[in-house]
Amino acid sequence: MKLFDLKGGVHPEGKKDLSAERHIRALPLPKKLYVPLQQHIGAPATPVVNVGDKVLKGQLIASAQGAVSSSIHAPTSGTIVALGDHVAPHPSGLPVPTITLESDGEDRWGMTKVVDDPLALAPEDIAAHVAAAGIVGLGGATFPSALKLNLSRGSGVQTLIMNGGECEPYLTCDDRIMRERAVEIVEGIRLIAHAVAAKEVLVGIEDNKPEAIAAMQEAAQGTAIKVVAMPSMYPMGSEKQIIQVLTGKEVPAGGRPADIGVLVHNVATAFAVQQAIRYGKPLISRIVTVSGGAILQPCNLEVLIGTPVQELIEFSGGYRQPAARLVLGGPMMGQQFTNTNVPVVKGTSGVLALMASEIGQAEASPCIRCSTCVRACPVGLLPLEMAAHIRTADLAGAAALGLKDCIACGSCSYVCPAHIPLVHFFNYAKGDLAAQERSKLKQEATKKLADARNERLARIERERAEAAAKRKAAREAKAAKEAAAKAAEEAA
Amino acid sequence: MLIAAVVSLTLLGTVFGLLLGVAARYLKVEGNPLVAELEQLLPGSQCGQCGFPGCSGAAQALADGSASLALCPPGGRAVMQALANKLGIEADLSGVEDKGPMIAEIREEICIGCTRCFKVCPTDAIMGAAQQIHVVFREACTACGKCEAVCPTESVKLQPIPATLQSWYWNKPQAGEAA
Repeated sequence: MKLFDLKGGVHPEGKKDLSAERHIRALPLPKKLYVPLQQHIGAPATPVVNVGDKVLKGQLIASAQGAVSSSIHAPTSGTIVALGDHVAPHPSGLPVPTITLESDGEDRWGMTKVVDDPLALAPEDIAAHVAAAGIVGLGGATFPSALKLNLSRGSGVQTLIMNGGECEPYLTCDDRIMRERAVEIVEGIRLIAHAVAAKEVLVGIEDNKPEAIAAMQEAAQGTAIKVVAMPSMYPMGSEKQIIQVLTGKEVPAGGRPADIGVLVHNVATAFAVQQAIRYGKPLISRIVTVSGGAILQPCNLEVLIGTPVQELIEFSGGYRQPAARLVLGGPMMGQQFTNTNVPVVKGTSGVLALMASEIGQAEASPCIRCSTCVRACPVGLLPLEMAAHIRTADLAGAAALGLKDCIACGSCSYVCPAHIPLVHFFNYAKGDLAAQERSKLKQEATKKLADARNERLARIERERAEAAAKRKAAREAKAAKEAAAKAAEEAA
Repeated sequence: MLIAAVVSLTLLGTVFGLLLGVAARYLKVEGNPLVAELEQLLPGSQCGQCGFPGCSGAAQALADGSASLALCPPGGRAVMQALANKLGIEADLSGVEDKGPMIAEIREEICIGCTRCFKVCPTDAIMGAAQQIHVVFREACTACGKCEAVCPTESVKLQPIPATLQSWYWNKPQAGEAA
């Protein structure tokens, strides 16, 4: 199959050999699970359990709220011991509302609905099953999958792309799941394709994973699914980039893949979809790569959602040497964290403990305008210009240069010879622009409230005056009447 | 004699009053339209924190150029940016936001339910009734501070809005500042 060229991109050292040959193992059942209510893009879920409730594995514990949200299920059986704040798997380290579940050690499933012939389901039923199972994109963006299916069904999908790129260094969880569970993934892919009536199905896998490609090709035999080997390059596994390489089409700025008739899902999401529909198992666990130079035995673990990261590190033999930096996700786009009590969530693809030699800690020096970042940017932006605008507080100028199209892949920061934290600038600017937008919306809303109040006060004042005038008129009329009556009496 | 004085003064008053009324109608000076536009951009809560008599006074001062763009604390940087765009001035936003966004909070244990804050709130952001604990609607509060000023028990206080996962974002990097 003909592949198309991708502008930009970088070739970071893969480091995947640390964990790529490690079979997926299940992490022993943790004692306590911390399940955050916000593990997806959109509104947080609302708890439907109370402290003290006994729950079974797979039971709904928090339901989706609003149009963009996702349900959350009990990862194991046990007792709800707290509904409150727990440290979030987020660089801010802020607390997030969390359901704390104490496991009873039995790991007993609740009722699960088994579907014998999933492909006979109607497309909207598939989406409904996916929504009920709380499945979100497992590649890291955690967008509710059912919503993506529904939106795509409405707009008509030509091509379904299954993303097996896994371009982030160190991470091997998608590689392993494709090698070990290819049959299930292929069934999941067929379900997704059926749900959106896709005409063409492509599985894109980077060519640094030959075993995964072979396993997927074998499993896909006899189906319309085409497994495509793509050149290994970062950020090949990014949605817009994989579309460009496989179809030659570019997602318009500010647009969605659906605008050009494409839908992209991660391969691990396909596995979750298959489990949800065939076995009625909601998304309560995921494969996580534990790796990095500071980890004694890098490995791939099947982990229940809510497991504290500390348990993963301990199970991997602990630290070989003190970690200079802890990262959730991959080293290019992952989030730093310090508190190892943070739980694994639906979007956690990796837990990395990196040595000082693995992270760039060089001091930033002035930009020499070498434009290496421009060549590395896979979106075709001018990182150096945007950063210069942001540095002088001209966020609007940066936005005019396409800041909103930045995918924060980190390629520019990676190649910058002056070690300027370019993506940090962009993340700051995006956050600040979003905050300004929020406060503008609030201004407009409160202004309406103020106007409504002024109007109401004026109306009340007017009504009072009218009522007073009426009373006065009535009084006068009465007085006149009495006077007239008196006069008539006197006259009589 | 006295009657003549009263009558003449009344007549004079009536005539001049009529003249003024007619003049106000026919010789009316159109207000600076910019003032109205600027007032539209301001929060309209008439809190007076800018030191001018309400938002219209502030808009007037802005149009004259006698007031700073950063005059509106409840409006914050969004309003400042909007004003700068309207007036065609460069706004230096970097120095603002020293206090951060604030919000009124009622300490329920010392709220006596006097309804004073409820009555002065320009955006109806306080809910309450006599002898009942009052509460603040966070989304509607502009932190104008009027409630804080009238509370007899100091139960209402402006507090910084705590950062949440939704509102948190990376700080501006200091690195490469020399570039």
